[in-house]
Order: sequence, then structure tokens, then C-alpha cells
Amino acid sequence: MFAYIVRRLVLMLVTLFGISVIIFVLLRVVPGNIVDILFDAAGFVDQADKANLEKELGLDQPIFVQYVKWIGGLLHGDLGYSYVSEKPALQEILPRIPITARLAALALLFSAAIGIPLGVISAVKQGTRLDYALRVVSLSGLSLPSFWLGLLILMASVAMFGTMPIFNPNPATWTEAFAIYCVPAMAVGFRSAALTMRITRSSMLEILRQDYIRTARAKGASESSVNYHHALKNAVLPVITVIGIEAAFLIGGLIVTETVFNIPGVARFLVEAIRWRDYPIVQNLVMLIALVVVVTNFTVDMLYAAIDPRIRYTD
Amino acid sequence: MRSVRALAAVALSLLAASNVAALAAEPKNGGILKVYHRDSPASASIHEEATYSVNIPFMPIFNNLVIYKQDVPQNSMESIVPDLAESWAWSGDRKTLSFKLRQGVKWHDGKPFTSADVKCTFDMLMGKSQQKFRKNPRKSWYSEVVDVTPKGDFEVAFNLTRPQPSMLALLASGYTPVYPCHVSPGDMRTKPVGTGPFKFVEFKANESIKITRNPDYWKKGLPHLDGIEYTIITNRSTAILGFISGQFDMTFPTEVSIPLLKDVKKQAPKAVCVVEPVNVSTNIIVNSSSPPFDNIDIRRAMALALDRKAFVSILFEGQADIGGTMLPAPGGLWAMPKEMLETIPGYGPDINANREEARKLMAKAGYGPGKHLAVKVATRNIPIYRDPAIILIDQLKSIHIDGELDVVETANWFSKVARKDYALGLNLTGNAVDDPDQSFFENYSCGSERNYTNYCNKDIEKMFDEQSAETDVAKRKKLVWEIDKKLQEDVARPIIYHGRMGSCWQPYVKGITIMVNSSYNGYRYEDVWMDK
Repeated sequence: MFAYIVRRLVLMLVTLFGISVIIFVLLRVVPGNIVDILFDAAGFVDQADKANLEKELGLDQPIFVQYVKWIGGLLHGDLGYSYVSEKPALQEILPRIPITARLAALALLFSAAIGIPLGVISAVKQGTRLDYALRVVSLSGLSLPSFWLGLLILMASVAMFGTMPIFNPNPATWTEAFAIYCVPAMAVGFRSAALTMRITRSSMLEILRQDYIRTARAKGASESSVNYHHALKNAVLPVITVIGIEAAFLIGGLIVTETVFNIPGVARFLVEAIRWRDYPIVQNLVMLIALVVVVTNFTVDMLYAAIDPRIRYTD
Repeated sequence: MRSVRALAAVALSLLAASNVAALAAEPKNGGILKVYHRDSPASASIHEEATYSVNIPFMPIFNNLVIYKQDVPQNSMESIVPDLAESWAWSGDRKTLSFKLRQGVKWHDGKPFTSADVKCTFDMLMGKSQQKFRKNPRKSWYSEVVDVTPKGDFEVAFNLTRPQPSMLALLASGYTPVYPCHVSPGDMRTKPVGTGPFKFVEFKANESIKITRNPDYWKKGLPHLDGIEYTIITNRSTAILGFISGQFDMTFPTEVSIPLLKDVKKQAPKAVCVVEPVNVSTNIIVNSSSPPFDNIDIRRAMALALDRKAFVSILFEGQADIGGTMLPAPGGLWAMPKEMLETIPGYGPDINANREEARKLMAKAGYGPGKHLAVKVATRNIPIYRDPAIILIDQLKSIHIDGELDVVETANWFSKVARKDYALGLNLTGNAVDDPDQSFFENYSCGSERNYTNYCNKDIEKMFDEQSAETDVAKRKKLVWEIDKKLQEDVARPIIYHGRMGSCWQPYVKGITIMVNSSYNGYRYEDVWMDK
């Protein structure tokens, strides 16, 4: 087990190195840099001023030198400066992480709290009206684009309450704080909940047909004990995988929700940074997201072993 | 009947009296004006940017030497009033413009304002100082300025190579604030210091911009507001819903499209909304240095094929203006009369006749129903560019030109245009000042960086200088009309239309004036107050 963990950790470092090279090169392959965009916004270009600015930002140096400087700085905790705001990249990125993390955590919580029980109910009541109704709900959750759902919620909120839950860094009341995080979390979590529900249902259906379930019933175990103690415990592995993937996705994939609800989180900031070709912000944010993804994957793999004793990582 | 008339007269007089009373109401102090902002500006430095996304939030931090009177909707020489300058005077030969400066004015950091600050600002704009702007998009405005010379601490003179009456207009623009000598251009991009009615508090990219009341403002009793908060909301639907729900006191000025304005009026019937010209023209850029548009017949045929009214009707529900380079009347001051405009090929009312003539020109160039001309129509990948480009492609079909839309990301648009990597393009041109000098020299002068098409006509160039030096307004106007007509006939950069946009605010917001011939100059907001 120890050797496996070490191997995985080394693999994680290799993966992160690979991502750093890919993102660094890709960013520079895309036509246009921050200097082009700044002059484009001004509607003119002065070649001398442009060259000066490129020199000032270090964009005139060979790509390898730029990469080494970035990685060197990263290893020392120096993420560089944002080209646009001219503030340290760390100072720009750090305040946004808790916002997105809070939103993603709430969305996941909503997804698990709704998706798993409904998935179990749907499987247990297979073929009933309730099952059909829940399947329609889950299908609609997967089909509705989250920007549309978000806008619909905002419009309904304005029409019904005369206000809407857009982001406010200093909410005045508890209810406002609840609304500005929970409503967007529900909008984005609806899709995750639908996915979780479908995975839970299919996994449960497979488990419920196993011999040991029949044996449990034959031994007189109660229906709820069979469903929740024997079946769900074994059906939950694929659900954890899905939740893990969703968790990783949500860190960088909340762009639409953050835009519609005007939440100044990581995803929206990343898209803006890409638009401006703000390399220090984009590179470091992508590395952060990559780190979250590999750590989440690692955690999920470790959870497998903890939850299912049949799984053992041997040398 | 008499009594009904009398009653109506009384009612009217009461209504008029109540309006006068409302207009004359004593402004109330206090309150934070909440406005949504359409995007996150590149920086806070007005001098380094070329978008009103910067002017709007940061203009209240500064003062100019002179400024367009903020409650007069039409910018003109008559509406220019003193600001940091107490007065100004032209020399006898009209080649020196002197300003007497206000004394006792302090920068927001407490340092005194003097003529050295004026010199610093304009030396930087002319590229003469040690300190440099990263970008200097309006350097060409000062091409006729030889130098700026202080005379003592509170007098300064602009020495010009030749008379240029428009210099005063350029100095009155929202794009011409005076910067402090002691603050670097870098700091002005991130934490600007001014002498204006509001002080900078913070600028969080993609989040918000906050400014607060300057208690030591040199105009006693102003500003009325405690501060202004701009929340950056890039999603237009969210922003409009925020205004409708009352979370914002005002929309981003001149940013509400005509269809959206209908929505706002329906859902927030008490909101005050206006639609005004923005002095931004939508035009066609033609690469006349390579085939097929090096052929003047094809360029003229294209100009003849335009149905401008269709553009205006589809995109603005009729609420936009048709004209030449200069903004059409009544908003614009320099537009040629309608009867003169209609003599220009392509501007006549009979579209079918125009297109018939265009087809003849195309036939002369070798194109007809059997042989179409295939071109790519390049434009930026933004709706206000893309939508008219699609209509243009449709209209060009009528003269056997098959256009294909070539959408270009913003990051690559200017470099593509600069290296002439296009045949035909659809472009937007904003004018900060409704004055021919700004428009002609910037967009049509030989060698100008913003003359994207490289149009160069030495005869017209002479006329540019002639009108620029002309001090008699009536004579200057006639020259301007002649130049504008010639530019359209040469198909230098065919103008399709001049757009209009809407602005809305809640009924308790007072003192907002939307300018009708520029969307860059009316955001000082020291007179704005809230009646709540």
C-alpha cells in the first residue's frame, strides 16, 4: 500500500509537470498576446511602445527562459504579477478560491443529498409511477443548460420577490448570505444531482439483483436494512467516482453559473484572464485546477479502499 | 366649454409649476449611487485607454483644464466652461492658448496642484517626458502643439504650429484629465489620484470599482453623493434584471440596446430612460491596395448597394441615424445637410435605382449573374460587429458579391487589419469629440495609425489642415461638408449608420445628463444626487 501511494504521488508530480508544459506552450501558440489586446482596445499600435511593453512584461524572452522563470517562481511561492491589474497573481487568485470552493462544496452537498436518496428510491421502486417521475426529473436535470436555469431562477426571483440573489461580498442578513450561495449552488447542483441519481439508480439495480441480497432477504433482514445497509454500501463506489469527477469539474467548470449570478470566483476569473492573455493568472489557475483534479482522483482511489475491503492496493 | 378650457389651462399651469418646482428642488446630499458596469476595464488610467468603460467610472476622480458643461446635452464650443483653468485666452495670431489656473486646488493625496502638473500631463501625451505611458492612443490630438509652457505656478500656455480652434474642444473631453506630476503612470493605472469630486477607493478586476466623496473638493458643496459603486456584471441579462429589481440605481450609460430598453420599460415602468446618439459609426473598411477592391468601380458599386435604412430598421427598430463621417443632426454639429447627403452615390432614396447602377459598374468590372465575386467579410466576434456584417453580406448579394463572414477574435482583430489581411471588413469607429479634427486626422489622414485602410489623398489632406485652421465656424462647416462628401465619394470608409443606445435610471436619481454627440464626456457626476 505504501509503495502504491508513493508511486501515485510521483505520478501526480509527473502529471502536473506535463500539464504545466502543455498549458504554457498552448497559451503561446494561441494567436495574440496581452500587448496585442491592449493595443487592440486602444485601436492603434505604436511599434516602439509595443516593443517596450513586451520587454517590460518579459514577453520578448525565449519561451524556454519564460517557462523556467515561471516554474522557478512557482516553486518559491512567487506566482508573478497579473499583466492586467499589475498586482501579484497570488493576491488576485487567493480571494477567489474560497468563493468557488464554497459554491462547489454546496453544489456537491446538494447533489449528494438529493441525488443519492432519490436514486435509491427510484431503484427500489423500479417500474412504478414514482420511478418514472424521478427519471423524468433526472433527465430534465441533465438536459437543462445551467445558464438557462440560472437566468430562469433570477427572473422568477425578480418577478416573485422583487429582488435577486446576485453576489454581494458583504451580505447584510443571514438570508441574503444563504441566497447568494445556495441558489446558484442549487442551479448548478441540479445537473450533478441528476447525474448522481442516475448512477445511484443503475448501480443499486445491479446490486439488488445479487445473490447476497436475496440471501439477506431470506434471512429476514428488513427492507430498509437490505436497501441501505447491504445494497447501498456496495452500490456507492461508482457514485463516489462520479462525485469525485464532479468535484474536480466544479472548481474550473462553474463559469456559466459564476457569470449568470455574477460571482467573482475562479472560473469566471480564468475565462477573463484567457480573454486578456494574462499568462501569469491563466497558468497558475490552470495549475491550481489541475492540482485539485489529481488530488481529488487520488483521494477517490484511497476512498475505494476505505469503503470496500475487497479492494486492496498491493505492491 | 369655456370652463373646460379654463380648467385645462389651470391644470397645465399647475403641471408646469410642479415641473419647475421639481427642477428647482434643492439637491439632497448623501447616498451611494449604484451602477452596473459592462466589463472590467484594462486599467484606471483614462489617458492610456480608448474606451468609455474607463471614462465612466474614473472621470469623476479628475478635473480637466476646461470641460463641457455637464448639464448641457450637446457638446459645443459654447458649452465649454472653466474647470482647473479659471479662464482662457487666444493670442492675436491664434497660435497660443493661455490658461489662468485655479489656486488652492489640492490633489487627493494633499499635494498642491500647479502648472507643473499641466505641463507634465501634456508632455507625457506628446511623448516628450521621461515618464511614458504604456499606450498613448491620443498622441495625434496634440500634433499641432509645439510645447506647453508654464508661466509661474498658475498660468500655462499651449503654443501651436498654426491656429487650431478645436484644441479647446479636445481639452474639454472626458479623455483629457490633468494628471499629477508626482504619481507615476503605473500608479495611475492601478490607484489614480486626481483633484476631482470623488476619490479612488478600490478597483477589483471583474468585481467592482468604488469611489468616494472628496470632502476637500474645491467646488464647495459638491459632490452631492457620498460615493459611486460600479459592480462589474458582464452578463447583460443579469445586469438588466439587477436594474429592474432596484438593486442598481442606474444602468451602464448608453449600453441598453433598443430591444432591451423595451423590456426595461415594461418591467420597470417608473424608470427614466433615454435613447441618444453615441457618436459611434458603423462602417466598412476596404482594402483598396489589392484586388478586387483596388478597382474603384467595385468599391463604388459596393457603396451603391447599401440599403442603410434596412440596417437601421433591423438593428435599431428605426432609432439610428444615417450620415457621412460626421455625426448627423440634430445631435451632431458638423453633419452636411440632408439634401447634400442625398447627392452622394448610395445615399439617394431609390435603392433599386442605386443597385441597378451598381450592377452596371460590376458588369464593367467583369462580374454579373454568371460570375459572382467571392469575398470574405472580416469582423470582430462581437454582436455589434457581427450583426451588421451579416446584413451587409446579404445586401451585397444583390450586386453579385458573395460574402462569407470571417469572424476574428478581438485579440487578433487589429493586427489582422494592420497587416491588411482582409479584403472587406466591418468596423466601428467611436468619436470622443464631435469635431472634424478628431475624426478626419485620426481616421483619414495619410500615415495616421488609426487610418486602417491607408486611404491617402493629398488634396483632401490640405483641406483637413485648411478647415482645422479656420476660425470662422460657418466657413469651417462648409469646408467640412465638402470634405465629408469627398470622403464618401472616394469610398474611403463607407459609413453605414450612426448608432443610438439607451440609458436608464431610477426616478429618484437626479442630475444625470446623457450627451447627444459624444459618449465619452459626460460622467463627472458632481451634480448628481438622489431624492430618497
